[in-house]
Amino acid sequence: MYKNVLESIAGIEIYPIISFLIFFIFFIGLTLYVIFSDKNHIAAMGKLPLKNDDATNYGGEPEL
Amino acid sequence: MSPQTITNPHQPLYQTEQAGGLDTFYYDNKIVRDFAYASLVWGVIGMLVGVIAAFQMARPEFNMGQYATFGRIRPLHTNAVIFAFVGNGIFMGVYYSLQRLCKTRMFSDVLSKIHFWGWQLIILSAVATLPLGYTTSKEYAELEWPIDIAITVIWVVFGWNMFGTIIKRRERHLYVGIWFYISTLITIAVLHIFNSFEVPVSFLKSYSAYAGVQDALVQWWYGHNAVAFFLTTPYLGMMYYFLPKAANRPVYSYRLSIIHFWSLIFIYIWAGPHHLLYNAVPDWAQSLGVVFSVMLLAPSWGGMINGLLTLRGAWDKVREEPVLKFMVVAITAYGMATFEGPMLSLKNVNGIAHFTDWIVAHVHVGALGWNGFLTFAIIYWIIPRIFQTKLYSKKLANTHFWIGTIGILFYAIPLYWAGFTQGLMWKQFNNDGMLQYSNFLETVLQIVPMYYMRGIGGLLYLFGVFVMIYNIVKTVKSGSLVPNEKAQAAPLLPAEKDEAHGGHWHRWIERRPVQMAVWATVAILIGGIIEIIPTFLIESNVPTIASVKPYTSLELQGRDLYIREGCVNCHTQMVRPFRSETERYGEYSKAGEFVYDRPFLWGSKRTGPDLHREGGKYPHSWHYHHMLDPTSMSPGSIMPPYPWLYDQNIDIASTPAKIEALQSLGTPYPAGYAQRANQDLAKQAREISAQLATEGIEVKPEREIIALIAYLQRLGTDIKVKDETASK
Repeated sequence: MYKNVLESIAGIEIYPIISFLIFFIFFIGLTLYVIFSDKNHIAAMGKLPLKNDDATNYGGEPEL
Repeated sequence: MSPQTITNPHQPLYQTEQAGGLDTFYYDNKIVRDFAYASLVWGVIGMLVGVIAAFQMARPEFNMGQYATFGRIRPLHTNAVIFAFVGNGIFMGVYYSLQRLCKTRMFSDVLSKIHFWGWQLIILSAVATLPLGYTTSKEYAELEWPIDIAITVIWVVFGWNMFGTIIKRRERHLYVGIWFYISTLITIAVLHIFNSFEVPVSFLKSYSAYAGVQDALVQWWYGHNAVAFFLTTPYLGMMYYFLPKAANRPVYSYRLSIIHFWSLIFIYIWAGPHHLLYNAVPDWAQSLGVVFSVMLLAPSWGGMINGLLTLRGAWDKVREEPVLKFMVVAITAYGMATFEGPMLSLKNVNGIAHFTDWIVAHVHVGALGWNGFLTFAIIYWIIPRIFQTKLYSKKLANTHFWIGTIGILFYAIPLYWAGFTQGLMWKQFNNDGMLQYSNFLETVLQIVPMYYMRGIGGLLYLFGVFVMIYNIVKTVKSGSLVPNEKAQAAPLLPAEKDEAHGGHWHRWIERRPVQMAVWATVAILIGGIIEIIPTFLIESNVPTIASVKPYTSLELQGRDLYIREGCVNCHTQMVRPFRSETERYGEYSKAGEFVYDRPFLWGSKRTGPDLHREGGKYPHSWHYHHMLDPTSMSPGSIMPPYPWLYDQNIDIASTPAKIEALQSLGTPYPAGYAQRANQDLAKQAREISAQLATEGIEVKPEREIIALIAYLQRLGTDIKVKDETASK
């Protein structure tokens, strides 16, 4: 019943290809970036929440 | 840095001063406290309504009058918990962490206040309208059009305040938590606007701009992603901030968090159609939903693992610190719910689980475990800090933790059991090839004990919250709020040239919130557009069924009563193409049958039987007696009675406006029909009344029950004569 729904949309074939390519290239790029990104930069980013920004730090341990 | 309070009352508290190359500024803690309080207060209300609704399913006596039936308070419960409890929880967490991650006060105190009070007013309007029956009936989007507009305005205020804060920040790089906040802001805006297209009929009544299949696909694109971007991404952002804070160590893998973010927002947006498996939606959309739901497991578990491994080597702290305990259970619940989600998206599992209590259990593992426990953890963490004190009692917090955890188990396990039992009973055939449990009620009565246990689980959980509130009140009393917390940071200088032009593209984007927002929007729109655009094209492509006609004016009024009473909360209108369903209910539902359904009323839960083929199944008198006292027709039924339908008159003054609104959306009523519609309505009503009179029932034709009977008798009858079905 529905198998012809997509066929009747002009130029529909290109959509899955485009979306696959967007996904594929983006994730390959992202993965490469993540693997090869600068260690220090990554470490610094990870520590952002721990920068000593709490004037009040009661009950917890000393901040990093 | 030592704790500081402001001593000079004449000096603007949040004024920025510069000294020794450092800016001195003040974090706004008051707004954080306000959102925390609001989250707790609404949490109690939302959960209390939930407990009442839970016991209503075990004992219909708990349906207390017209304005407190299950159909009306179930949306109140879901809205209160999602948008009031979790919503205020999000704003609490965002306002606390964003200021500190950006090293600046919120952009505007005025916007913060408008945001806070505007949001509370929206919730109050929900509390006022939903029990009165003003509802669009679309799940988690039940609020009527004026409130939809108010939500849009307040959301823009929130976004303005958030981006203003990000732009005036003193920290060059945006931490991953902020990316999650940005994606939340943008995606919820897109979802809310697209799902709320509706044509107003009156001040508190509207018809969906979409009909049938299209409405269903847009609704579940919304519904699924509301879970994704309201209950998940902001809480992940908060996890990435508060978990490292509470454990006092950076997140396990920042690299993994980058992958987690992009893959989650890329994939989540596609998975909506898994709510409509085996429903009358195109196969390609269902398959898309399944594939992306399964893929979603990877980023979800990546995030969970990242959270849990952050605690590596610190599990001794977990034993000591209730905040961490709550967080561990929250993250574990997130992991369980996100494993279960893809599993439930597999068609063979979905065939059993869908429409049963299994789904209710699934969402409550997420809501009670993930959202609830993470909210509690963050409140336990924040309140002592902004009040310059220690938590009043760790012991009580531990008690809360255990009561809450046991509450979740008592809630979820019986419902899993109930869902599994009922799902299998619906499908059970005997040796003669007949349905083993042909009476739907048998399958309900079987699981009523589970409903009691679930209610007890909910009570336990709620009791835990009261323990928490006591603890928090004591904590607050022992300290004093630092409304404006002093902090210092170097001002942000323009980026050095080499940094601006060199480096990785992702590092580039980490410094640029606006570009980050644009790319996050692109990511979610790709999924949204590819999923949604064909559904718009469907309207012209779906095979139409010649015999399907618009509702008569009386049926339309009856349908609006069905919406007002929230029947859709317990009854589906979607016979799936299984033999077990066609045997029980009749011909399976076709997409073309719903072209005049605004909104669609397919439902998502079968506490009662499906009603799509209800028309003509019983005489008018059956419905008359059944709505007045369901147990008279179905002994043991847990459906509440609806006696007010027999006293109240149909609101015929609204008929012309309703017809005109539907005409403006393309429903083919003849020109000028709006003015004649009430004559037809009266005629049909008299016929039903006369028919009832022959069965010895005296009822005036203007009563609401007449309209409801007209609608119920129409349901699914359009294609009863199969030969008339014409597929183009």
